Amino acid sequence: MSFINSFSIWFIPFLIGFILLYGTYKKVPTYEAFVEGGKEGFSLAVSMIPYLVGMLVSISVFRASGALDLLLDFGKPLFDWLHVPGEVVPLGLMRTISGSGALGMTSDLIASHGPDSFIGRLASTIQGSTDTTFYVLTVYFGAVGIRKMGYALKVGLLADLVGFIASIVVVSLVFS
Amino acid sequence: MVNYIWVGMMVTGFIVAIFSGNVDKVNAAVFKSAQEAVTISLGMISILVFWLGLMKIAEKGGLLEFLALLFRPLVKRLFPDVPEGHPALGYILSNMVANLFGLGNAATPMGIKAMEQLKVLNGGKNEASRSMITLLAINTSSITLIPTTIIAIRMNYGSHTPTDIVGTTLMATAVSTVFALSIDRFFYYRSVRKEKK
Repeated sequence: MSFINSFSIWFIPFLIGFILLYGTYKKVPTYEAFVEGGKEGFSLAVSMIPYLVGMLVSISVFRASGALDLLLDFGKPLFDWLHVPGEVVPLGLMRTISGSGALGMTSDLIASHGPDSFIGRLASTIQGSTDTTFYVLTVYFGAVGIRKMGYALKVGLLADLVGFIASIVVVSLVFS
Repeated sequence: MVNYIWVGMMVTGFIVAIFSGNVDKVNAAVFKSAQEAVTISLGMISILVFWLGLMKIAEKGGLLEFLALLFRPLVKRLFPDVPEGHPALGYILSNMVANLFGLGNAATPMGIKAMEQLKVLNGGKNEASRSMITLLAINTSSITLIPTTIIAIRMNYGSHTPTDIVGTTLMATAVSTVFALSIDRFFYYRSVRKEKK
């Protein structure tokens, strides 16, 4: 554990130092290159604003109105029938639409069921195994101004569903 | 599809709010989340500027080209549309490596930079190209070797074995990534067939 912790702490300064020394060795004007590359950061961040505002408003209206809870109540018989543990269904749905929302739910589940319980481990696995599709889609496409997404959303959503199912299957096999 | 989901979530939300009496909450949520979106975007300026600056050094020193060359067989298979030696490949690989090591805030700038290059390659159109969707599929299913945030939360709540979910997470994420890549291929070939008809 301490090895993993120190690894992720040491990795960033190591990476930064390596790039700087390598650049110097290759006679790159490092400081000038840094400034030149960094300049683009501002415009990229600004151009994702309208995309992110649109998406986050829509998601938060859906959540705050109670529509998300309603959808979960509605689907409960189906999940029970499929032997999906009811506790993690809201998390599975939230994982796709909101990263911070999902992290909050995971912490809740771990706190109330215990980190080493079946639900605690399942929630941890679901949280760690996929990324927030709506967020990734909005940020990546928004920053460079892609409006027509093609089949990208379908791919992301189906992958989330498969990741969710895979988490349940794997955790059930390994920990019970 | 995204248009329908976007309108759908909002309109359903408003209708449910009228019946459940949550109209106040929804009104507040609209403006709070709009503000949150701007805060997130502006908050990303620091990360973007820093990592893109650093990556420029790596690019000028030829480090990205080297990375692309090292993983050429893999990348050629995943992104057959991108010509060899194109700068997009270096950024795609840096994005994948950063994701693998759980450096989320470094992965995003590199991914965005890769998208920008892919857009140039696609003639600057505002449509997603095949390679862009593949890159997105890899990022949404996120292969991470060590999910550090989750381990930290588990430790916080007094877990005796905080890291025992590393294996299950890896397996689940491998399944979802392989599936995402296959379905991405499937949709691509289907769209090609449709165009031919």
